[in-house]
Amino acid sequence: MATMTAASPRSSQVQSPGILLPAYSLWLREIVRFYRQKARVAGVIASPLLFWIVLGSGFAHSFSSAGSGPTSGSYMGYFFPGAVAMIVLFTAIFSMMSLIQDRNEGFLLSVLAAPVSRSAIVLGKVLGGATLAAAQGVIFLVFGPLAGVPVSASGVALSVLVIAMISFELTAMGFAIAWPMDSTQAFHAIVNLLLIPLWLLSGSLFPLSGASGWLRLCMMLNPLTYGVEALRSSLYPGASTQFPLPVNLAVTAGFCLLTFAASWAIANRRTHRPAA
Amino acid sequence: MATLSERAAHLPAAAAIPPIELLQLSHNYGSRQALENLSLVVRPREIFGLLGPNGSGKTTVFRILSTLIVPTGGSALINGFDAARDPNRVRSQTGIVFQASNLDIKLTVTENLRHQGHLYGMSGAGLAARIHEVLDRLGLSDRAGDYVETLSGGMRRRVELAKGLIQSPSVLLLDEPSTGLDPGARRDLWQYLAMLRDREDVSILVTTHMMEEAERCDRLAILNEGKLVAIGSPWELKSAIGGDVVLFETDSEETAASLAARMAVRFSVEPAVLGKTVRLEREEGHRFVAGAVEAFPGEIDAVSVSKPSLEDVFIQRTGHRFWSEAKENELWQR
Repeated sequence: MATMTAASPRSSQVQSPGILLPAYSLWLREIVRFYRQKARVAGVIASPLLFWIVLGSGFAHSFSSAGSGPTSGSYMGYFFPGAVAMIVLFTAIFSMMSLIQDRNEGFLLSVLAAPVSRSAIVLGKVLGGATLAAAQGVIFLVFGPLAGVPVSASGVALSVLVIAMISFELTAMGFAIAWPMDSTQAFHAIVNLLLIPLWLLSGSLFPLSGASGWLRLCMMLNPLTYGVEALRSSLYPGASTQFPLPVNLAVTAGFCLLTFAASWAIANRRTHRPAA
Repeated sequence: MATLSERAAHLPAAAAIPPIELLQLSHNYGSRQALENLSLVVRPREIFGLLGPNGSGKTTVFRILSTLIVPTGGSALINGFDAARDPNRVRSQTGIVFQASNLDIKLTVTENLRHQGHLYGMSGAGLAARIHEVLDRLGLSDRAGDYVETLSGGMRRRVELAKGLIQSPSVLLLDEPSTGLDPGARRDLWQYLAMLRDREDVSILVTTHMMEEAERCDRLAILNEGKLVAIGSPWELKSAIGGDVVLFETDSEETAASLAARMAVRFSVEPAVLGKTVRLEREEGHRFVAGAVEAFPGEIDAVSVSKPSLEDVFIQRTGHRFWSEAKENELWQR
């Protein structure tokens, strides 16, 4: 038995790991864990499709005049960007639930006790979740032509960008909500209370123009509204939206930064209380 | 502790700096005082035990040293660096094995270790070689590609140890490392810790509530209600108790109390009452027993005479049993 010290340097010589390597490792773990859980893969792809078809065709009859532009005359077409936002929301929620699981299973402890900056942890986890959410949102675009989405390179590129931004903001928001929590039940309560209404009032199901009073105000204050509007204009160029595309993109980008900063601040608190 | 940190930075040999030093360490969770002015030094290349019942503060010490909580008073130093002020320096020199499993069961053994290495800035061929080396040393090489969820409890504990050692730390912290291990796996673990101490010059701190585990430490500190009760090698601590430990069991607490009072008068001893049991320390305990049983016929149900154990050290210093109210929690955990 040779000694281990001979072959490997003592930790005092180990340099700071920086941000990229730990963030990459945490990101990779999210991806690997996802595709090893086949039920998760199936559930997240199938359920929005089901929602889109069932909800979309159900509402189509009662909402026959809800189409918001010449290229998205049917409700199925109107509902399509909302369905994409829903996929992204579901995946973001699921992946940030893993944060609570990591904490309860003790995995997070070993990350917190490693010489890793908190921004690397936030970045790795959020980018991991956002990658999964965005990938599924983009995969769902395949059904676009069925909903009357015109196919063009610029439209697809812009849609992918918007989906990535929505994925990032929702995942970062999920991170900030999940970090202080120790039970997935409590997280579910917040999901029902906050995240589902966030989606319902984002213009996904019914247009902002049709709402009035306090409902309209809620929708205007909802950051996801701007993401869904941006997605609608990139999928259907020329669709009528409440705000112009640059405004929608700017608000969405701003919210990405805000949610990331919130996550970073929450993860950076060091306390006198147990971390897990 | 700026002066200490600076000294550590300028002295590469670090000969005079202890691997672990606690200075007046105090901590409270709200109004509950978990640690009170705890000071102690762990010497280089020793296995140091923190022995205490549940709630004695040993896990709080562990959390402070592993930088997961900031103490409310005093300081904890690892290789001269303050765990509260310089957490990343402390983290990079410390290997940690938590009480609860912290592996990702959906990843393989190697993937878990690779991830851990990345967190310490290791990568590529150097990391691969280190993973190979640690797995080999812990007898895990043939399980390297297995998912952690397929491993037994003892195997998982070994992977956790491998995880704690991946960055070749000079200080290793283990929280109740024998939890959930069968006797064979427990023996292997302690042999491995001794090997790390002897060949790798690792200084090791172990928290435990098990006497037999504490017996294996080079030195140990006994904690009770957040305070240091005794410190020394197991042998030193036990020899501080004079003679034998004699226990008289009676049928009720009242009988025990009155028996103790009368014994104190008759034999000029200082007995302690622990529930239904009267306990005292005495040279040549067997001779004393013969006299006592004759003097108080019918009041004593059972008698035992033994050499002092670490539990006796605890009882002598605190006046109560090691497992008072903690015992019930223990049963729930099993």
